[in-house]
Formats: sequence, C-alpha cells, structure tokens
Amino acid sequence: MLEIKNISKTFGDRQVLYDISGSFRPGQTSLIIGGSGTGKSVLLKCMIGLVKPDSGEVLYDGRNFLADNEEEQKVIRREMGVLFQGSALFDSKTVLENVRFPLDMLTDMSAGEKNERAQVCLQRVGLEGAGDRMPSEISGGMKKRVGIARAIVLNPKYLFCDEPNSGLDPLTSIKIDQLIKEITDEYQITTIVITHDMNSMLEIGEKIIFLYQGKKLWEGDSDSIVHSTIPELNDFIYANKLLREMEK
Amino acid sequence: MLMSHIGKYFIFLGTLFTNREKAGVYYRLVMDECISIGIRSIFIVSIVSTFIGAVTCVQTAYNLVSPLVPLYIISVIVRDSTILELAPTITSIVLAGKVGSNIAGQLGTMRITEQIDALEVIGINSSSYLVLPKVIAAMLMFPLLVILAGFLSIWGGYIAGTLADIITPQDYIFGLRSGFNTFSVPFAIIKSVVFAFLIATISAYQGYNARGGALEVGNASTTAVTNSCIAVLAADFLLAQLLL
Repeated sequence: MLEIKNISKTFGDRQVLYDISGSFRPGQTSLIIGGSGTGKSVLLKCMIGLVKPDSGEVLYDGRNFLADNEEEQKVIRREMGVLFQGSALFDSKTVLENVRFPLDMLTDMSAGEKNERAQVCLQRVGLEGAGDRMPSEISGGMKKRVGIARAIVLNPKYLFCDEPNSGLDPLTSIKIDQLIKEITDEYQITTIVITHDMNSMLEIGEKIIFLYQGKKLWEGDSDSIVHSTIPELNDFIYANKLLREMEK
Repeated sequence: MLMSHIGKYFIFLGTLFTNREKAGVYYRLVMDECISIGIRSIFIVSIVSTFIGAVTCVQTAYNLVSPLVPLYIISVIVRDSTILELAPTITSIVLAGKVGSNIAGQLGTMRITEQIDALEVIGINSSSYLVLPKVIAAMLMFPLLVILAGFLSIWGGYIAGTLADIITPQDYIFGLRSGFNTFSVPFAIIKSVVFAFLIATISAYQGYNARGGALEVGNASTTAVTNSCIAVLAADFLLAQLLL
C-alpha cells in the first residue's frame, strides 16, 4: 500500500501542489490525471523522491520515505520501478544492457543470471530478440516497452509510469496500457500512472485522481468518471469533439 | 550570482566523493572514458602540437636578427616554450574545447532526457557514477597527451627548422641539450593534472545542471568551454607564480 498525505510543493513564488492526499492499493492500476501544468509529474517526482515536497508524507507500506535516511531510502527505491515519459533509456547501452542495468548495480547475481532475468523481462514485454539493438535503433513504442522491462526487472512492489502513451499512436498506446495492466495484475504491483489520455482512463483506470491547478478535485474510477458533475473534470474529459457527441 | 555558482560547484565536487558505488563499477567506466578522452584526442593534439612547434621555430628564427646570437638558441626557445607553456596550456585549451564540450553535452543531454533521474530513482549517486570516472580518466590521460604534445612540438620545430634551412640538425639537437632545467617536465605534468581536473569538473558541472531542451544543452556546452578556458589560464598563472 502506498499513501501520500498532505503533499504541498512550491517552486519560487508559484505553488504547484496543494495538500494532496491519496492511497494506492497493490494489484490496482491508479491514474493521476489532469491537464498540462497541473502538477501531475511534480506529484510523481515527490513520490519517488526526485523532488522534495515542502510538506507532507509519502508512506510505502507505512514507511515514511521522505523522513528515512539514505540507506533506508535505498531499500525502498529497490522496490520501485519507474517508466519515464521519454523512456530515459541509456543511449550508450544496448537494450539488454539497459534492462540489466539495475541488476548490475544493485544485485550480486552472476552475469548469466542477470542476462537470463533481463531476457525474461524483455520477453514479457514482447521484445525477445531486440536485446542487441541500441535505443536509437528502435521505435518509440519499443522504447516504452524496454522502459517497462527495465522498471520491472527488480520485481518492484511499486510501478510509476509518467505519461506512458505520450508520442505514441492510439493502437500502440492501448497495447502499452494493456501491458501495464497485465503486469500489475500478474505481479500484484501498486501501479501509478500519470496520464491525460482518455483511452487509458477508460481502459485501465481502476482508481483515478483528478488534479486541477495543483489541487485534487475528484477521486473515483473509470465507471464513475463519465458521470461526474464537476465542471472542470467534465471540461477535461469531454475536450474532444467525439466524446462531446457521445456525451450528448 | 558568481559566488552562488562557485558555491554550487564546490557542493557538486563534494557529491562526487560521497555515497560512491563499488570500486569495480568505476574500473570499466574509467577505461571507457580513457578511450573517449585520451585515445580519441590523440589526432587533434598531434596536429596542433606539431604545427605549434613548427611555427614557434620559424617565428623565433624570424625574430633573431642579430648575428651574435647563435642559431641553437632557436631550439632552446622551442624546447622551453613547448615544455613550460605550449604543450600543457595549448593542449589543455584544445582539450577544453573537445573534451569539455563533449562532457557538458553528454551530461546535459542525459539530464534533459531524464537518464540522470533514472539513475537517481534506483538509488545511484548519479554525479559520482557519471562524473567521477571522467575526472579520473582526464587526470590520467591529460599528462600523457601533454607529453606526446611536447615531443611532437619539438619534432615539428626540428622538421620546420631543418626543411626551411633555418637551422642545421646538429645545432637544433645541441640547443635541445643546452641548459635544460629538469623541473620543467614535472612542472608541465603538474599543470596538466590541474588543468584536467578543472576542465572535467567545470564541464561536468555545467552539463549536469543543464535544464530545458537542446538550446540549453548547447548553452551549457559553450559555457563549459568558456569557463574551462578561463580557469585553465588563471590556474596557469597561479601555478607559474607558485612553482617557478
């Protein structure tokens, strides 16, 4: 279980997060949605320790991540997997080396065991045979898959995905969403996805938190989101013409 | 603003040496960086130093108008100016452009594409992991490149001097052996180590702290080269004052 309590963050004189709280269960895909500049990515970075919030707590199974010392934080970090918006693959390493990297740095496994584990993860995301290719030689969708393989290689308890569909075509987006959902179910991971993709909300949003101007305005699931009475949320959901027509 | 940057630079230096990874991790990284910083700079260093030696020889001869000054003085001047100043300083300025911009560009790109964040989230001290091998490799390779530059510069002077009939080979060799101060060589090596540290760390600081997009990475590279050159010249003066 991952809980965030009263997270606030200010950059200079601009407050980007106001007192955000929420909890996320294992085996559930939770989405944090909202328009651009509403603080979604900052909230994610607060959760994974890349940005220190001004106030609030992030509790991983009751362990206060922000109050822990470096060694304890390292233990929690080993339980995390993160898929970055641009995949963040290391340019100088092959696909296999990218996936194997967390094992190289954090485990005492033998080279054979590490390669085997990395291959299993690549196979899981449908990229067996792509291990020798460089990140510059693969498509955006494949990069996301490699990013997911790298994120799950240490068997994480928590998976964070920042805009996993950005820059992808609708069909590939759906495949990536399904992959995230399957992995979450299979390994009972606590998964948090930052997105503004409507397909993702409807397909995999078991729990959804809506942020608006740094504040949490709504919380629910994919069934209830379409019946929301909050104008800001409805403006966001029905922004495109097709959905407006469907609403009518 | 300047003091703030200097303070941040020293804090950044501190992070290189805290919470490091296992020594074995750095070995391969240092070897890779030695190839990138050292081996791949041999060509440019060779070209620049050979021509600098040649030009020094020709210009020294041009300025020696008195028939009372023996010709071997030309090679004495080529030797001393090469070892004391041209080989370490000009080579370092050239490397500030080549290596410094490479380090800043590489780290800046890693920063804006979240590769540094990806290291941080798995609990790796990214500055130590990425920067320390570059600093160590630079401090190992710069002295070797400076020694190579010294040899080639003196050889360039010999080739230019003898081919242009400015000086005989015997006079040139005699000049090289005349009144040689042996401290010149360790002094050049000390300078190269200091310059290597300054170039690698200043460039890394600029790249590591880049924010934004391609434009900012380009700016970080430019600033890295500019600041490295200024630091090298300032350190050159200070070392000359302190050690000579």
